[in-house]
Amino acid sequence: MQEMSAKALKLGIPLSVQVDLTYRCNEQCVHCYLDHEDHGEMTTAEIKHLFDQLADAGVFFLTMSGGEILLRKDFFEILEYARRLLFSVKLKTNAVLIGKRQADRMRELGVQSVQISIYSHRPEVHDGITKAPGSLKRSIRAIRFLKEQGLQVTIANVLMLQNLGDYPGVKALGDELGVPVTLDPTITPKMDGDRSLLQLNIDSAALQGVFRDPGLVGDVEEFCAPPKGVDDDALDMLPCSAGHTACYVSPYGDVYPCVQFPLPSGNVRRTPFLDIWRHSERLNEVRTITARDLPSCSQCGHVGNCTRCPGLAFMEGDMRGPSTQDCEKSFARTGIPSTDLPAKRSAPSAPATLVQIQLAPATARANGQLIPA
Amino acid sequence: MNRKQYVARSSEIAARRLGDETMIMSAHDSTLFTLNPVATAIWEGADGATALEDIVRTRVCASFEVELGIALRDAQRLAERLAEHGILLLADAPFPASN
Repeated sequence: MQEMSAKALKLGIPLSVQVDLTYRCNEQCVHCYLDHEDHGEMTTAEIKHLFDQLADAGVFFLTMSGGEILLRKDFFEILEYARRLLFSVKLKTNAVLIGKRQADRMRELGVQSVQISIYSHRPEVHDGITKAPGSLKRSIRAIRFLKEQGLQVTIANVLMLQNLGDYPGVKALGDELGVPVTLDPTITPKMDGDRSLLQLNIDSAALQGVFRDPGLVGDVEEFCAPPKGVDDDALDMLPCSAGHTACYVSPYGDVYPCVQFPLPSGNVRRTPFLDIWRHSERLNEVRTITARDLPSCSQCGHVGNCTRCPGLAFMEGDMRGPSTQDCEKSFARTGIPSTDLPAKRSAPSAPATLVQIQLAPATARANGQLIPA
Repeated sequence: MNRKQYVARSSEIAARRLGDETMIMSAHDSTLFTLNPVATAIWEGADGATALEDIVRTRVCASFEVELGIALRDAQRLAERLAEHGILLLADAPFPASN
Protein backbone atom coordinates (compact mmCIF):
# COMPACT_ATOMS: atom_id res chain seq x y z
CA MET A 1 0.00 0.00 0.00
CA GLN A 2 2.88 2.37 0.80
CA GLU A 3 4.48 1.66 -2.56
CA MET A 4 1.17 2.28 -4.28
CA SER A 5 0.75 5.60 -2.48
CA ALA A 6 4.29 6.64 -3.30
CA LYS A 7 3.75 5.83 -6.97
CA ALA A 8 0.44 7.71 -7.04
CA LEU A 9 2.15 10.70 -5.44
CA LYS A 10 4.93 10.62 -8.03
CA LEU A 11 2.44 10.35 -10.89
CA GLY A 12 0.12 12.98 -9.44
CA ILE A 13 -2.81 10.56 -9.27
CA PRO A 14 -5.74 10.99 -6.90
CA LEU A 15 -5.73 7.50 -5.46
CA SER A 16 -8.47 8.14 -2.95
CA VAL A 17 -11.53 10.39 -3.08
CA GLN A 18 -14.37 10.89 -0.63
CA VAL A 19 -17.66 11.94 -2.19
CA ASP A 20 -20.39 13.11 0.14
CA LEU A 21 -23.63 12.16 -1.62
CA THR A 22 -25.83 14.34 0.56
CA TYR A 23 -25.64 16.52 3.65
CA ARG A 24 -29.19 15.51 4.63
CA CYS A 25 -29.28 13.25 7.64
CA ASN A 26 -31.74 11.25 9.73
CA GLU A 27 -29.72 12.07 12.84
CA GLN A 28 -28.91 15.47 14.34
CA CYS A 29 -25.60 14.74 16.01
CA VAL A 30 -24.58 17.47 18.40
CA HIS A 31 -21.03 17.55 17.08
CA CYS A 32 -21.82 17.51 13.38
CA TYR A 33 -20.01 20.08 11.23
CA LEU A 34 -22.51 20.02 8.36
CA ASP A 35 -25.46 22.13 7.24
CA HIS A 36 -28.14 19.48 6.72
CA GLU A 37 -30.32 21.54 4.42
CA ASP A 38 -30.33 20.43 0.79
CA HIS A 39 -29.01 23.32 -1.29
CA GLY A 40 -29.24 21.39 -4.56
CA GLU A 41 -27.26 18.19 -4.26
CA MET A 42 -25.94 16.51 -7.40
CA THR A 43 -28.40 14.43 -9.38
CA THR A 44 -27.96 10.74 -10.14
CA ALA A 45 -26.65 11.61 -13.61
CA GLU A 46 -24.19 14.14 -12.25
CA ILE A 47 -22.83 11.67 -9.73
CA LYS A 48 -22.43 8.98 -12.37
CA HIS A 49 -20.65 11.46 -14.62
CA LEU A 50 -18.39 12.38 -11.71
CA PHE A 51 -17.62 8.72 -11.05
CA ASP A 52 -16.70 8.25 -14.73
CA GLN A 53 -14.25 11.11 -14.39
CA LEU A 54 -12.82 9.81 -11.12
CA ALA A 55 -12.22 6.40 -12.69
CA ASP A 56 -10.52 7.99 -15.70
CA ALA A 57 -8.36 10.05 -13.33
CA GLY A 58 -7.10 6.87 -11.65
CA VAL A 59 -9.07 6.98 -8.42
CA PHE A 60 -9.04 3.54 -6.80
CA PHE A 61 -10.48 4.09 -3.32
CA LEU A 62 -13.90 5.74 -3.32
CA THR A 63 -15.49 6.60 0.00
CA MET A 64 -19.16 7.52 -0.05
CA SER A 65 -20.36 9.47 2.93
CA GLY A 66 -22.68 12.28 4.00
CA GLY A 67 -24.99 13.24 5.82
CA GLU A 68 -26.63 9.87 5.61
CA ILE A 69 -26.03 8.16 2.30
CA LEU A 70 -29.04 5.85 2.49
CA LEU A 71 -31.35 8.83 2.51
CA ARG A 72 -30.67 9.09 -1.19
CA LYS A 73 -33.35 7.10 -3.02
CA ASP A 74 -30.83 6.41 -5.78
CA PHE A 75 -28.17 5.16 -3.36
CA PHE A 76 -28.02 1.58 -4.62
CA GLU A 77 -28.10 2.74 -8.22
CA ILE A 78 -25.10 4.95 -7.44
CA LEU A 79 -23.34 2.14 -5.58
CA GLU A 80 -23.92 -0.32 -8.41
CA TYR A 81 -22.49 2.20 -10.88
CA ALA A 82 -19.43 2.74 -8.71
CA ARG A 83 -18.79 -0.97 -8.51
CA ARG A 84 -19.22 -1.37 -12.25
CA LEU A 85 -16.34 1.09 -12.53
CA LEU A 86 -14.38 -1.22 -10.19
CA PHE A 87 -13.79 1.27 -7.39
CA SER A 88 -12.86 -0.13 -4.01
CA VAL A 89 -15.86 1.27 -2.17
CA LYS A 90 -16.02 2.23 1.48
CA LEU A 91 -19.28 3.46 2.97
CA LYS A 92 -19.64 5.75 5.97
CA THR A 93 -23.09 5.62 7.49
CA ASN A 94 -25.04 5.63 10.73
CA ALA A 95 -26.56 2.37 9.42
CA VAL A 96 -29.96 3.15 10.89
CA LEU A 97 -31.53 2.40 7.50
CA ILE A 98 -29.57 -0.81 6.86
CA GLY A 99 -31.70 -3.90 7.22
CA LYS A 100 -31.11 -7.44 6.01
CA ARG A 101 -32.03 -6.58 2.43
CA GLN A 102 -29.66 -3.60 2.27
CA ALA A 103 -26.82 -5.59 3.83
CA ASP A 104 -27.36 -8.39 1.36
CA ARG A 105 -27.24 -5.97 -1.56
CA MET A 106 -24.07 -4.38 -0.28
CA ARG A 107 -22.44 -7.79 -0.17
CA GLU A 108 -23.68 -8.64 -3.66
CA LEU A 109 -22.19 -5.43 -4.98
CA GLY A 110 -18.83 -6.10 -3.33
CA VAL A 111 -18.62 -3.17 -0.91
CA GLN A 112 -15.13 -3.29 0.59
CA SER A 113 -16.00 -1.93 4.03
CA VAL A 114 -18.65 -0.09 6.01
CA GLN A 115 -17.80 2.40 8.75
CA ILE A 116 -20.56 3.02 11.27
CA SER A 117 -20.69 5.78 13.88
CA ILE A 118 -21.30 4.60 17.45
CA TYR A 119 -20.77 7.09 20.27
CA SER A 120 -21.62 5.01 23.31
CA HIS A 121 -22.67 1.54 24.35
CA ARG A 122 -25.46 3.15 26.38
CA PRO A 123 -28.57 4.07 24.39
CA GLU A 124 -29.29 7.15 26.47
CA VAL A 125 -25.86 8.58 25.67
CA HIS A 126 -25.62 7.56 22.00
CA ASP A 127 -29.20 8.57 21.23
CA GLY A 128 -28.64 11.78 23.21
CA ILE A 129 -25.77 12.64 20.86
CA THR A 130 -27.58 11.66 17.67
CA LYS A 131 -30.91 13.08 18.92
CA ALA A 132 -32.51 10.07 17.26
CA PRO A 133 -34.31 7.82 19.75
CA GLY A 134 -33.65 4.14 19.07
CA SER A 135 -30.68 4.90 16.79
CA LEU A 136 -28.14 2.86 18.79
CA LYS A 137 -30.34 -0.22 18.68
CA ARG A 138 -30.85 0.10 14.94
CA SER A 139 -27.17 0.74 14.24
CA ILE A 140 -26.16 -2.33 16.24
CA ARG A 141 -28.76 -4.42 14.46
CA ALA A 142 -27.36 -3.24 11.14
CA ILE A 143 -23.84 -4.19 12.19
CA ARG A 144 -25.07 -7.73 12.88
CA PHE A 145 -26.73 -7.92 9.43
CA LEU A 146 -23.58 -6.69 7.73
CA LYS A 147 -21.37 -9.10 9.64
CA GLU A 148 -23.71 -11.98 8.76
CA GLN A 149 -23.09 -11.13 5.13
CA GLY A 150 -19.34 -11.28 5.70
CA LEU A 151 -18.80 -7.56 5.15
CA GLN A 152 -15.93 -5.71 6.78
CA VAL A 153 -17.32 -3.32 9.38
CA THR A 154 -15.59 -0.77 11.60
CA ILE A 155 -17.06 1.35 14.35
CA ALA A 156 -16.05 5.03 14.42
CA ASN A 157 -16.37 6.81 17.73
CA VAL A 158 -15.77 10.52 18.32
CA LEU A 159 -14.78 11.59 21.81
CA MET A 160 -16.63 14.54 23.27
CA LEU A 161 -17.80 15.75 26.66
CA GLN A 162 -20.99 13.71 26.49
CA ASN A 163 -19.38 10.30 25.95
CA LEU A 164 -15.90 10.62 27.45
CA GLY A 165 -16.28 7.79 29.94
CA ASP A 166 -17.95 5.41 27.50
CA TYR A 167 -15.19 4.62 25.02
CA PRO A 168 -14.21 1.42 26.89
CA GLY A 169 -17.85 0.36 26.61
CA VAL A 170 -17.82 1.03 22.87
CA LYS A 171 -14.61 -1.01 22.57
CA ALA A 172 -16.27 -3.85 24.49
CA LEU A 173 -19.29 -3.60 22.20
CA GLY A 174 -16.98 -3.80 19.22
CA ASP A 175 -15.30 -6.88 20.68
CA GLU A 176 -18.69 -8.51 21.22
CA LEU A 177 -19.73 -7.79 17.63
CA GLY A 178 -16.32 -8.75 16.21
CA VAL A 179 -15.78 -5.23 14.88
CA PRO A 180 -12.71 -3.00 15.33
CA VAL A 181 -13.29 0.42 16.87
CA THR A 182 -11.50 3.64 15.99
CA LEU A 183 -11.52 6.58 18.35
CA ASP A 184 -11.06 10.19 17.30
CA PRO A 185 -10.64 12.91 19.92
CA THR A 186 -11.15 15.65 17.33
CA ILE A 187 -14.25 17.77 17.09
CA THR A 188 -14.29 19.44 13.68
CA PRO A 189 -15.51 23.05 13.40
CA LYS A 190 -18.49 23.68 11.17
CA MET A 191 -17.66 23.99 7.50
CA ASP A 192 -18.98 27.55 7.45
CA GLY A 193 -16.34 28.63 9.96
CA ASP A 194 -18.49 28.47 13.11
CA ARG A 195 -16.19 27.18 15.87
CA SER A 196 -18.79 26.86 18.63
CA LEU A 197 -18.77 23.05 18.32
CA LEU A 198 -15.27 23.04 19.77
CA GLN A 199 -16.85 23.54 23.19
CA LEU A 200 -17.64 19.82 22.99
CA ASN A 201 -13.92 18.95 22.99
CA ILE A 202 -12.75 17.10 26.08
CA ASP A 203 -10.30 19.11 28.17
CA SER A 204 -6.56 18.63 28.32
CA ALA A 205 -6.60 16.62 31.58
CA ALA A 206 -9.16 14.21 30.17
CA LEU A 207 -7.18 13.91 26.93
CA GLN A 208 -4.06 13.06 28.94
CA GLY A 209 -5.98 10.25 30.57
CA VAL A 210 -7.13 8.90 27.22
CA PHE A 211 -3.61 8.98 25.82
CA ARG A 212 -2.34 7.00 28.80
CA ASP A 213 -4.83 4.19 28.42
CA PRO A 214 -2.81 1.17 27.26
CA GLY A 215 -5.99 -0.45 26.04
CA LEU A 216 -6.22 2.35 23.49
CA VAL A 217 -2.68 3.35 22.62
CA GLY A 218 -0.71 0.17 23.30
CA ASP A 219 2.73 1.01 24.62
CA VAL A 220 2.08 4.16 26.64
CA GLU A 221 5.77 4.94 27.12
CA GLU A 222 6.33 4.89 23.37
CA PHE A 223 3.12 6.74 22.53
CA CYS A 224 3.79 9.48 25.08
CA ALA A 225 7.53 9.77 24.50
CA PRO A 226 8.96 13.28 24.29
CA PRO A 227 9.23 14.69 20.77
CA LYS A 228 12.42 14.01 18.87
CA GLY A 229 12.99 17.58 17.84
CA VAL A 230 13.46 19.25 14.49
CA ASP A 231 15.37 17.45 11.75
CA ASP A 232 15.50 17.52 7.97
CA ASP A 233 13.41 14.39 7.53
CA ALA A 234 10.65 15.89 9.62
CA LEU A 235 10.84 19.21 7.80
CA ASP A 236 10.60 17.62 4.36
CA MET A 237 7.51 15.62 5.25
CA LEU A 238 4.19 16.24 3.57
CA PRO A 239 1.48 16.94 6.16
CA CYS A 240 -0.96 14.30 4.82
CA SER A 241 -2.46 13.02 1.59
CA ALA A 242 -5.00 15.84 1.23
CA GLY A 243 -4.50 17.41 -2.18
CA HIS A 244 -1.61 15.06 -2.93
CA THR A 245 -3.18 11.65 -3.46
CA ALA A 246 -6.61 12.35 -2.02
CA CYS A 247 -9.36 14.89 -2.18
CA TYR A 248 -13.03 15.42 -1.40
CA VAL A 249 -16.15 16.30 -3.38
CA SER A 250 -19.22 17.78 -1.70
CA PRO A 251 -22.83 16.96 -2.62
CA TYR A 252 -22.82 20.24 -4.55
CA GLY A 253 -19.75 19.37 -6.61
CA ASP A 254 -17.26 21.47 -4.66
CA VAL A 255 -13.78 19.97 -4.59
CA TYR A 256 -11.68 20.39 -1.45
CA PRO A 257 -8.37 18.85 -0.43
CA CYS A 258 -10.27 17.00 2.30
CA VAL A 259 -13.65 17.04 4.03
CA GLN A 260 -11.85 18.59 7.00
CA PHE A 261 -10.03 21.07 4.75
CA PRO A 262 -12.83 23.06 3.06
CA LEU A 263 -10.64 25.14 0.73
CA PRO A 264 -12.83 25.51 -2.40
CA SER A 265 -10.64 24.40 -5.27
CA GLY A 266 -13.18 24.08 -8.06
CA ASN A 267 -16.61 22.68 -8.80
CA VAL A 268 -17.20 19.63 -10.96
CA ARG A 269 -20.50 21.05 -12.19
CA ARG A 270 -18.48 23.73 -14.00
CA THR A 271 -15.07 22.17 -14.57
CA PRO A 272 -13.98 18.60 -15.36
CA PHE A 273 -12.58 16.86 -12.31
CA LEU A 274 -9.15 16.20 -13.80
CA ASP A 275 -8.77 19.87 -14.76
CA ILE A 276 -9.48 20.83 -11.16
CA TRP A 277 -7.15 18.16 -9.82
CA ARG A 278 -4.28 19.16 -12.06
CA HIS A 279 -4.72 22.90 -12.50
CA SER A 280 -6.51 24.33 -9.49
CA GLU A 281 -4.33 27.14 -8.12
CA ARG A 282 -5.44 26.31 -4.59
CA LEU A 283 -4.72 22.61 -4.83
CA ASN A 284 -1.37 23.37 -6.36
CA GLU A 285 -0.62 25.77 -3.54
CA VAL A 286 -1.50 23.09 -0.98
CA ARG A 287 0.90 20.74 -2.76
CA THR A 288 3.84 23.07 -2.27
CA ILE A 289 3.58 23.06 1.52
CA THR A 290 5.88 20.88 3.60
CA ALA A 291 6.62 21.18 7.29
CA ARG A 292 9.59 23.36 6.34
CA ASP A 293 7.20 26.00 5.02
CA LEU A 294 5.30 26.37 8.27
CA PRO A 295 6.67 29.43 10.09
CA SER A 296 5.85 28.25 13.64
CA CYS A 297 5.63 24.50 13.29
CA SER A 298 8.99 24.23 11.54
CA GLN A 299 10.58 25.54 14.75
CA CYS A 300 8.61 23.24 17.04
CA GLY A 301 10.06 20.10 18.59
CA HIS A 302 6.83 18.22 17.85
CA VAL A 303 7.17 18.71 14.10
CA GLY A 304 8.26 15.12 13.49
CA ASN A 305 5.33 13.39 15.13
CA CYS A 306 2.56 15.94 15.51
CA THR A 307 -0.84 15.02 14.14
CA ARG A 308 -1.21 18.53 12.67
CA CYS A 309 -4.15 18.69 10.29
CA PRO A 310 -3.67 21.40 7.64
CA GLY A 311 -7.43 21.58 7.30
CA LEU A 312 -7.93 22.41 10.96
CA ALA A 313 -5.13 24.97 10.64
CA PHE A 314 -6.92 26.45 7.62
CA MET A 315 -10.19 26.67 9.52
CA GLU A 316 -8.34 28.37 12.35
CA GLY A 317 -7.17 31.07 9.95
CA ASP A 318 -3.96 29.98 8.25
CA MET A 319 -3.18 26.77 6.40
CA ARG A 320 0.50 27.38 7.14
CA GLY A 321 -0.23 27.99 10.78
CA PRO A 322 -0.55 25.62 13.70
CA SER A 323 -3.68 23.68 14.50
CA THR A 324 -4.37 24.43 18.14
CA GLN A 325 -6.38 21.24 18.55
CA ASP A 326 -3.32 19.27 17.47
CA CYS A 327 -1.03 21.37 19.69
CA GLU A 328 -3.30 20.38 22.58
CA LYS A 329 -3.03 16.72 21.57
CA SER A 330 0.77 16.86 21.40
CA PHE A 331 0.84 18.46 24.85
CA ALA A 332 -1.61 15.99 26.32
CA ARG A 333 0.41 13.16 24.88
CA THR A 334 3.93 14.24 25.86
CA GLY A 335 3.53 16.91 28.55
CA ILE A 336 5.64 19.25 26.45
CA PRO A 337 3.91 22.30 25.01
CA SER A 338 4.29 23.12 21.35
CA THR A 339 5.91 26.35 20.23
CA ASP A 340 2.56 28.06 19.81
CA LEU A 341 0.46 26.55 22.56
CA PRO A 342 1.16 29.05 25.34
CA ALA A 343 0.33 31.98 23.06
CA LYS A 344 -2.76 30.28 21.66
CA ARG A 345 -4.09 29.56 25.12
CA SER A 346 -3.63 33.13 26.28
CA ALA A 347 -5.06 34.77 23.15
CA PRO A 348 -7.04 32.37 20.95
CA SER A 349 -7.05 33.47 17.31
CA ALA A 350 -10.24 34.60 15.64
CA PRO A 351 -11.53 32.17 13.06
CA ALA A 352 -10.74 32.88 9.43
CA THR A 353 -13.31 34.47 7.23
CA LEU A 354 -13.54 31.37 5.16
CA VAL A 355 -14.38 31.54 1.50
CA GLN A 356 -17.94 30.35 1.67
CA ILE A 357 -18.99 27.21 -0.10
CA GLN A 358 -20.11 28.29 -3.55
CA LEU A 359 -23.54 26.95 -4.40
CA ALA A 360 -23.74 25.60 -7.93
CA PRO A 361 -25.51 27.92 -10.36
CA ALA A 362 -28.81 26.69 -11.75
CA THR A 363 -28.19 24.79 -14.96
CA ALA A 364 -30.44 23.39 -17.62
CA ARG A 365 -30.25 19.68 -18.23
CA ALA A 366 -31.11 17.79 -21.35
CA ASN A 367 -30.99 14.02 -21.61
CA GLY A 368 -29.20 13.90 -18.27
CA GLN A 369 -26.31 15.98 -19.56
CA LEU A 370 -25.21 19.02 -17.69
CA ILE A 371 -25.25 22.24 -19.67
CA PRO A 372 -22.95 24.92 -18.25
CA ALA A 373 -24.76 28.05 -17.16
CA MET B 1 -2.57 -32.73 -26.09
CA ASN B 2 -2.42 -29.78 -23.70
CA ARG B 3 -5.85 -28.39 -23.03
CA LYS B 4 -6.12 -24.68 -23.48
CA GLN B 5 -6.85 -22.63 -20.39
CA TYR B 6 -9.18 -19.65 -20.46
CA VAL B 7 -9.09 -16.78 -18.02
CA ALA B 8 -11.66 -14.12 -17.17
CA ARG B 9 -11.48 -11.13 -14.87
CA SER B 10 -13.71 -11.52 -11.85
CA SER B 11 -16.24 -8.76 -11.18
CA GLU B 12 -15.79 -9.23 -7.44
CA ILE B 13 -12.75 -7.03 -7.35
CA ALA B 14 -11.66 -3.43 -7.43
CA ALA B 15 -9.07 -2.56 -10.06
CA ARG B 16 -7.31 0.45 -11.47
CA ARG B 17 -4.29 1.17 -13.66
CA LEU B 18 -1.51 3.05 -11.88
CA GLY B 19 1.03 4.02 -14.48
CA ASP B 20 2.14 0.81 -16.19
CA GLU B 21 0.92 -1.37 -13.32
CA THR B 22 -2.51 -2.43 -12.12
CA MET B 23 -3.83 -2.42 -8.57
CA ILE B 24 -6.38 -5.10 -7.79
CA MET B 25 -8.16 -5.75 -4.55
CA SER B 26 -10.26 -8.80 -3.81
CA ALA B 27 -13.73 -7.90 -2.57
CA HIS B 28 -13.70 -11.12 -0.53
CA ASP B 29 -10.60 -10.80 1.55
CA SER B 30 -9.27 -7.31 0.67
CA THR B 31 -5.96 -8.78 -0.48
CA LEU B 32 -4.24 -6.13 -2.58
CA PHE B 33 -2.21 -7.11 -5.62
CA THR B 34 -0.03 -4.95 -7.77
CA LEU B 35 0.41 -6.39 -11.24
CA ASN B 36 3.62 -5.45 -13.02
CA PRO B 37 3.45 -4.48 -16.72
CA VAL B 38 3.62 -8.11 -17.92
CA ALA B 39 0.94 -9.26 -15.49
CA THR B 40 -1.10 -6.19 -16.42
CA ALA B 41 -0.97 -7.23 -20.06
CA ILE B 42 -2.30 -10.67 -19.12
CA TRP B 43 -4.98 -9.14 -16.90
CA GLU B 44 -6.18 -6.82 -19.65
CA GLY B 45 -6.34 -9.71 -22.08
CA ALA B 46 -8.37 -11.90 -19.71
CA ASP B 47 -11.69 -11.38 -21.50
CA GLY B 48 -12.91 -14.93 -20.94
CA ALA B 49 -12.91 -15.71 -24.67
CA THR B 50 -9.19 -15.74 -25.42
CA ALA B 51 -7.01 -18.66 -24.36
CA LEU B 52 -4.23 -17.82 -21.94
CA GLU B 53 -1.65 -19.08 -24.43
CA ASP B 54 -2.95 -16.65 -27.05
CA ILE B 55 -2.94 -13.79 -24.56
CA VAL B 56 0.65 -14.53 -23.71
CA ARG B 57 1.65 -14.85 -27.38
CA THR B 58 -0.02 -11.63 -28.54
CA ARG B 59 0.33 -9.37 -25.51
CA VAL B 60 3.42 -10.58 -23.68
CA CYS B 61 5.82 -12.15 -26.21
CA ALA B 62 4.99 -9.52 -28.79
CA SER B 63 5.79 -6.64 -26.41
CA PHE B 64 8.35 -8.04 -24.00
CA GLU B 65 11.42 -10.04 -24.93
CA VAL B 66 10.44 -13.43 -23.54
CA GLU B 67 10.09 -16.92 -24.96
CA LEU B 68 6.56 -18.31 -25.19
CA GLY B 69 7.19 -21.42 -23.09
CA ILE B 70 8.68 -19.50 -20.18
CA ALA B 71 6.11 -16.73 -20.39
CA LEU B 72 3.22 -19.18 -20.50
CA ARG B 73 4.45 -21.10 -17.47
CA ASP B 74 4.78 -17.86 -15.50
CA ALA B 75 1.36 -16.75 -16.71
CA GLN B 76 -0.22 -20.02 -15.56
CA ARG B 77 1.30 -19.62 -12.10
CA LEU B 78 0.08 -16.03 -11.93
CA ALA B 79 -3.40 -17.04 -13.06
CA GLU B 80 -3.60 -19.79 -10.43
CA ARG B 81 -2.46 -17.43 -7.70
CA LEU B 82 -4.99 -14.77 -8.69
CA ALA B 83 -7.70 -17.43 -8.98
CA GLU B 84 -7.04 -18.52 -5.37
CA HIS B 85 -8.08 -15.03 -4.31
CA GLY B 86 -11.09 -14.91 -6.59
CA ILE B 87 -9.54 -12.28 -8.83
CA LEU B 88 -9.34 -14.37 -11.99
CA LEU B 89 -11.64 -17.15 -13.10
CA LEU B 90 -10.14 -20.19 -14.81
CA ALA B 91 -11.81 -22.65 -17.18
CA ASP B 92 -11.00 -25.21 -19.83
CA ALA B 93 -13.37 -23.58 -22.30
CA PRO B 94 -14.31 -20.03 -23.21
CA PHE B 95 -16.58 -18.39 -20.68
CA PRO B 96 -20.13 -17.67 -21.83
CA ALA B 97 -20.52 -14.09 -23.00
CA SER B 98 -22.08 -11.94 -20.22
CA ASN B 99 -24.92 -9.49 -20.79
